[in-house]
Amino acid sequence: MAARSQMAVSLGFHIIFSCVGMVMPFLMAFSHYKYLTTKDEVYKGLTKAWSKGVAILFATGAVSGTMLSFELGLLWPKFMEHAGPIFGMPFSLEGTAFFIEAIAIGFFLYGWEKFNKWFHWFCGVVVGVSGLASGILVVAANAWMNSPAGFDYINGQYLNIDPIKAMLNEAWFPQAFHMTVAAFAATGFAVAGIHALMILKKRNVSFHTKAFRISAGFAIFGALLAPISGDVAAKSVAKRQPIKLAAMEAHFETEKGASFVIGGIPDEENEQIKYAIKVPKVLSFLAWGDFDAEVKGLKDFPKDEWPPVAVVHYAFQIMIFFGSVMMGIGGLYLIASFWKKEWLTKSWFLKIFIAAIPFGYIALEAGWTVTEVGRQPWIIYGIMRTIDAVTPMPGIQYSFYFFTLVFLSLSLIIIFLLLRQIKMVPKLYDPTDPNYNPKTK
Amino acid sequence: MIYVVIAFLWVSICLYLITGGADFGAGIIELFSRKSYRDKTKSIMLKSIAPIWEANHMWLIIAIVILFVGFPTIYTTVSTYLHIPLVLMLIGIIARGTAFTFRNYDAVHDSWQKLYTQIFYYSSLLTPFFLGMIAASTISGSIDTDAKDFLGLYIFSWLNWFGVCVGLFTVALCAYLASLFSLHQARFSDDVLPIMIRKTRQTAFYVVVTGILVFVSAYSSDIPLLKWIFSKALGIIAITLATISLLFTNDAIKKSNFLLARVLGGFQIIMILVAATYQHNPDIILFANGGSLSLFDESAASKTIAALGWALLLGSVFILPFLFYLLFSFGEKGK
Repeated sequence: MAARSQMAVSLGFHIIFSCVGMVMPFLMAFSHYKYLTTKDEVYKGLTKAWSKGVAILFATGAVSGTMLSFELGLLWPKFMEHAGPIFGMPFSLEGTAFFIEAIAIGFFLYGWEKFNKWFHWFCGVVVGVSGLASGILVVAANAWMNSPAGFDYINGQYLNIDPIKAMLNEAWFPQAFHMTVAAFAATGFAVAGIHALMILKKRNVSFHTKAFRISAGFAIFGALLAPISGDVAAKSVAKRQPIKLAAMEAHFETEKGASFVIGGIPDEENEQIKYAIKVPKVLSFLAWGDFDAEVKGLKDFPKDEWPPVAVVHYAFQIMIFFGSVMMGIGGLYLIASFWKKEWLTKSWFLKIFIAAIPFGYIALEAGWTVTEVGRQPWIIYGIMRTIDAVTPMPGIQYSFYFFTLVFLSLSLIIIFLLLRQIKMVPKLYDPTDPNYNPKTK
Repeated sequence: MIYVVIAFLWVSICLYLITGGADFGAGIIELFSRKSYRDKTKSIMLKSIAPIWEANHMWLIIAIVILFVGFPTIYTTVSTYLHIPLVLMLIGIIARGTAFTFRNYDAVHDSWQKLYTQIFYYSSLLTPFFLGMIAASTISGSIDTDAKDFLGLYIFSWLNWFGVCVGLFTVALCAYLASLFSLHQARFSDDVLPIMIRKTRQTAFYVVVTGILVFVSAYSSDIPLLKWIFSKALGIIAITLATISLLFTNDAIKKSNFLLARVLGGFQIIMILVAATYQHNPDIILFANGGSLSLFDESAASKTIAALGWALLLGSVFILPFLFYLLFSFGEKGK
């Protein structure tokens, strides 16, 4: 149990660090592009400010990633012994992508005025692209755990291993698509919200407005694509892991034309859900594209293969809720930018974005909980149970406490550092500010 | 293909030891610099590591990935029995990487800097120490899979005199590399250069002392290290070459040929690693009960190895030119 919690905490933090690390470079490169085409120094300052954020989060993402590559073995040796050779392919490619990212980031951060400006810009883009690629590749490994492929499991033996097939497993595309889109939405909203707050406080308004427009653009792009990718993911889950879908929806009885459950308290013992709003037939439609399709209920599966229904159900609800809210905000922003330009500077409009700072990350963590907890009790779906994979070493709980502490303090320091970056905007990054003087430290 | 994969594994461990080691060394050198010239050492160290430090640590990830994809049994054995030192090393890596970043990118410079700096120093010191310890435990036969209690299984697998000595040796090596590498960076500043040259001599001395300690502890713990190294021609050649190149390094420093000194420093590490790994090749882990895990016997299915090998080859086509360009362009900036 401690091992699970440690893994959950580590991944939970890593997911945030790396999502920011995946998306921020794109914001940075976009602003850099604006600078190169408009020669507006504000964009250059913004690019530099964001690149510092990228550097900080890249480093933390990198160390937490290094740690995870060890933790897999430290906590789940039995799992890695068998799974390593099968699902290792994306990891080795990810290593490459990550390496390229690290090199490109070196070029970018220390390369101002040293290289051809477009080459320099291109390095920034490479940071983003390779960051995204490594994210997508890592998701492939996780997708494999949900949808094992590329080997034959015969009498407890893993035979005919084919790592390429394992990488191209069924769950990869839906999961990676959903994850990427979610990363854009989450990071876009967080960054946009922070800049909205600064606009509201009337600090360096033109600087922060530019930042807000760019990041909100990315946020909206993600938020509007999220439901589409979510639908792809849901259909894939319905096909591959009907039990996970049933748990997400706390759907106990197998039925045709199943209803979509909103809210409610699942009661695992009596196998029913209380106080829920049910929208008839929608679940069947979402899962199979047919209002009368049959959706399997939990009762069709042996109880010892059930995931913790309540956790999965609540997490799913949370994700759906925040996802819809973000989509709504996305719609508002679109209306504002095409028809109601005056909204963009209104304080209520900015306040919505400020409130939405954490939404993306809450949805992200909730969605991740759904997919991970929803897979339990399996570590490799249908093949190996989590309980059989854990390290024989006793005393893991101490390491859990310790790592939790490490991650908590790490996050606090990062928030603290980013706040300080923002505080220094007038001095270091905004050339129109009277106090602008990037040389003094 | 298995040879390609093993070669990559070896090369990435080697490069990690050289580049990452120099990186750790930078922190160690700063830690042991006198207050009066600490700022100068700091700026020189920073100049030589900042743009590439992220890349340096990628080698470790590459090595780990190769291990767990290609040699899962070895990976899981190490991570089970050496759980504790691995965790300690990880903490060092995390603390160091983040403290370094924060030190560099924090927009405000105030008393927080002191905290980052302290963390950076001590983690730079501890990480290579545990790294050395882990390496020592894999070959010293201290992992006892038959032990019955917690201490025997998870503590004494790594905690012994030989491990401590190898740890110290690794720390000394890192510091030596860092000071040697920094000479090139310091070549235009007349006040720092003599300091760094002195540092290089001192650390070289520590390398020799701790190296002797390693042999002494190996002898007293009945680890046939001497026999391993000196029983085969290659071992003798490697050690001899390393020693000779140490003399050449001194010569190169005198003639202010610091790039050559860098190359020689790297060469010494390679020779030490050759001597340390060749002898029981292809066995990579030796157990207390005399058993061992061999790279050939424990490799994953051939399809996996083939895919891994291609991925690595492909990756290096992408990575290496960029990496060299990075090193090149920042190496030139001192001019």
